[in-house]
Amino acid sequence: MITFTLNGNKMSTDAPKDTPLLWIIRDEFGLKGTKFGCGIAMCGACTVHFNGSPVRSCSLPISALDGSEIRTIEGLENKHPLQKAWVEHQVPQCGYCQSGQIMQASALLATNANPSEAEIVEHMNGNLCRCMSYKRIKEAIKQVSSASASVVEIFDPKRESILEDNNEQGVV
Amino acid sequence: MTRLNKTEKIEQSRRNFLIGTVGTGLVMAFAPAMTAFSSESAASALNKKLFNPSVWFEIDQSGSILINVSRAEMGQHVGTALARIVADELGADWNKVTIKHVDTDPKWGYMVTGGSWSVWQSYLPMSQAGAAGRTVLIEAAAKLLNVQTSDCKTHNSHVVCGDKSISFADIISQGNIDRTFSAEELAKFTPKDPKTRKLVSKPSNALDIPAKTTGTAKYGIDVEIPGMVYARPLIPPTRYGSKVLKVNDSQAIKMKGYLGYEILQDPSNILQGWVSVLADTYYGAIKAAQAIKVEYQAGETANVSEQDLINEGEKLVADKSSGGRFVDHGDIDKTAAEAKKSIDSTYRTASVLHFALEPVNAAVEFKDGICHVHTGNQWQSLFLPVVAKSVGLTDDKVIIHQYYLGGGFGRRLAGDYMLPAALTAKAIGKPVKLVFTRENDSRFDCIRSPSVQHFAAYWDGDNALQGIEHAAAAGWPTLTMAPGFMPDSVDKKTKVDAFSISGADHWYSLNNHRVRAINNTLAQKTFVPGWLRAVGPGWIAWGVESFMDEVAHAQNTDPVDFRMNLLDAKGKNAGSAPVAVGGAKRLAHVLQEIKMKSGWGKTLPKNEGLGIAIAAGQERNMPTWSACVAHVKVDPKTGDVKVLKLTSVMDCGTVVHPDGALAQTEGAMLWGLSLALHEGTAIKDGQVADTNLNSYTPLRMADIPELDISFVENTEAPTGLGEPGLIAVAPAIGNAIFNAVGARLRDLPITPKAVKALI
Repeated sequence: MITFTLNGNKMSTDAPKDTPLLWIIRDEFGLKGTKFGCGIAMCGACTVHFNGSPVRSCSLPISALDGSEIRTIEGLENKHPLQKAWVEHQVPQCGYCQSGQIMQASALLATNANPSEAEIVEHMNGNLCRCMSYKRIKEAIKQVSSASASVVEIFDPKRESILEDNNEQGVV
Repeated sequence: MTRLNKTEKIEQSRRNFLIGTVGTGLVMAFAPAMTAFSSESAASALNKKLFNPSVWFEIDQSGSILINVSRAEMGQHVGTALARIVADELGADWNKVTIKHVDTDPKWGYMVTGGSWSVWQSYLPMSQAGAAGRTVLIEAAAKLLNVQTSDCKTHNSHVVCGDKSISFADIISQGNIDRTFSAEELAKFTPKDPKTRKLVSKPSNALDIPAKTTGTAKYGIDVEIPGMVYARPLIPPTRYGSKVLKVNDSQAIKMKGYLGYEILQDPSNILQGWVSVLADTYYGAIKAAQAIKVEYQAGETANVSEQDLINEGEKLVADKSSGGRFVDHGDIDKTAAEAKKSIDSTYRTASVLHFALEPVNAAVEFKDGICHVHTGNQWQSLFLPVVAKSVGLTDDKVIIHQYYLGGGFGRRLAGDYMLPAALTAKAIGKPVKLVFTRENDSRFDCIRSPSVQHFAAYWDGDNALQGIEHAAAAGWPTLTMAPGFMPDSVDKKTKVDAFSISGADHWYSLNNHRVRAINNTLAQKTFVPGWLRAVGPGWIAWGVESFMDEVAHAQNTDPVDFRMNLLDAKGKNAGSAPVAVGGAKRLAHVLQEIKMKSGWGKTLPKNEGLGIAIAAGQERNMPTWSACVAHVKVDPKTGDVKVLKLTSVMDCGTVVHPDGALAQTEGAMLWGLSLALHEGTAIKDGQVADTNLNSYTPLRMADIPELDISFVENTEAPTGLGEPGLIAVAPAIGNAIFNAVGARLRDLPITPKAVKALI
């Protein structure tokens, strides 16, 4: 039995320990926003936050999870400034990679509120967008970073919300 | 594979337009004109759902407008563009409009999303449908307000007459509407005066985007069916002729959750030698499949290599009797015999993958005698009959439920990936969700065929260009998947895949011009060739526009001036209404525009260069006029090519959804760059060699150049935009490399090694 926190809720699974986190998130807990793309950690469609860092959930076995905090696109609760910027810049085309793009970008802004263009490109270069919406992804990230003054702030949607729902399947 | 026996007509047949009260709402829909129920009233026919629209729409008592869309949403925001055409003519409040992507039902018409056709095909009928709706709402309102219809107009979901006004919602609540427009009556509606447009050509957000930023957009891979099991396929060693001899699952049996395997028997004969592996989780199916050993008897193409395919193509283009004539203007044989000067070149492109990010998949359930297929697909009408044949049902017993597509790019025009899910579900009597791994997806891809093109140009004694001869050989998607769509060659001796030669019939005026389209038969039997974004022009233009540059340089003419001189818009290049108004003049116009915008002729630092290429979209009957200038920098030591900037000028007539058009062109141009410098694989031992991102390397963010894209402003009929931005990019880059360092590249993708070898 592996226990971890998923979007603020304590969850446990008794799936085989080598199972990649991606399939637990999608098929056991029903959060379909995290996508399967390449299965070898090279496209970024499956990106989630593992204790705040972006990881490729297709290649992270759940044995590594015990006691950790996982956040998925659903955990941003459509409150992250990047999500607003993504709509303003009309970033998504097919949209399949965009959960991963937003999770990758939000991890950058959590530790570096005002990244340079080079830092944005370096951080985002591992996330493939097959529709090639790269220009707009970059512009949307720039807009949020330039709007965030010079304060380093870790975004946590729970902070302002009063969600205390801690039931085991609550996020589904 | 399946063969359509007759040419199916994609164009809309003659139809009436019905508007009537259904329940408490108002429904507007097309219906076939020549049917038994054509004598029925509109409301009666609509209540019986006897309609046949590519789109139909309904307004409820609260004034909410639902527009049903049969086109696949794969990133082009097609529903938004189509809905805005209807809503503008209706005079609707855009905030009250929602869209729905529908499932297959024969009543809803032919379902295909490809060729950049959607807006082009739908613009007029949907404008007319919206105008008919407006007419009926005004008539009903005039009665309620006791005013003349001629004094009324619609605005913001209201009918307005002087200081009186009534909302669509109130009209629908009070009126019993029942009205049929004949095809002739409908044809009398012309689209609104562009100056009065409120939605078309105006800025707007796409309706599908918010769900794509929250993880809530539902794709085929997200479908769950109660009681379903998971499956992944094992792909045989050859596309055709493989047989399963023996399956050993002794290692898999020890795995928790493993549910066995099925050897698939496919009456449609598309799947040959397939096994699907079942488990209670998808990861379980992946692991079990890795543990299973299958012995195959491979088909005859088990040793075919990319070089074999290229060799075959080179042999075919050299044989003047091969293929079918696609263009035969003047007398090229005489021109060649009398020429005082000539040059010739061979251009090649490597195999390319679609690599749509959502691996192909389908979830299938048999319920009450109906086979329900849940997936994202671009050409439901092509593969629904194939699914039916595979599972032994009639076409009316199969429904394909549509979801968002995690990338289409032409991959999902083929629906072959529905078959293993359907056959497995049928075999085990349970719902099945079958997902291809990335490697499976690549090996089962209908790749863009490797291609070979040969060109020869002939001059007379006065150094005047007299003619060009062109031959192109590749695997033909249409021959395998939809042969009914192949037209006759110009000499009527054979059929050709027009989608695999389009672009060779360009808009340059030449005295003598012959084009032969040749099927590479070895490619055809080794894999299923696919339609990949920009299709024929996507690789044909690599040859045509690079060779045009060679010809310009061979006669010491500036490549822009050279092209301009050939764009005289005379004869067959004069264009015609409604979609090709202006003909080659419009191509000359975008060329002139880009010459100024790009600073053509300016002095650049050493090893930098500009290159020009032009294109006219997917087919001559839907020209999207475009020009592209690439600015490159070449490192002569390594051969590395850096694209600094891509400038593009597009003329697609009326731009219905401007930001959507820009996004499509940005994506298409970066695709063009990716195919020019970053993407390419090879057939090795009968299979695709590069199956994942460790060796298949599409463009990433670090490699995007500056993009400068503009659209010519006019009010001509809209043409397609999903693909055309791609076409001119690779030849513009190749031509820029030549201008930078004098290296003439003739193979795609362009590699540093090839560039270095030519410097």
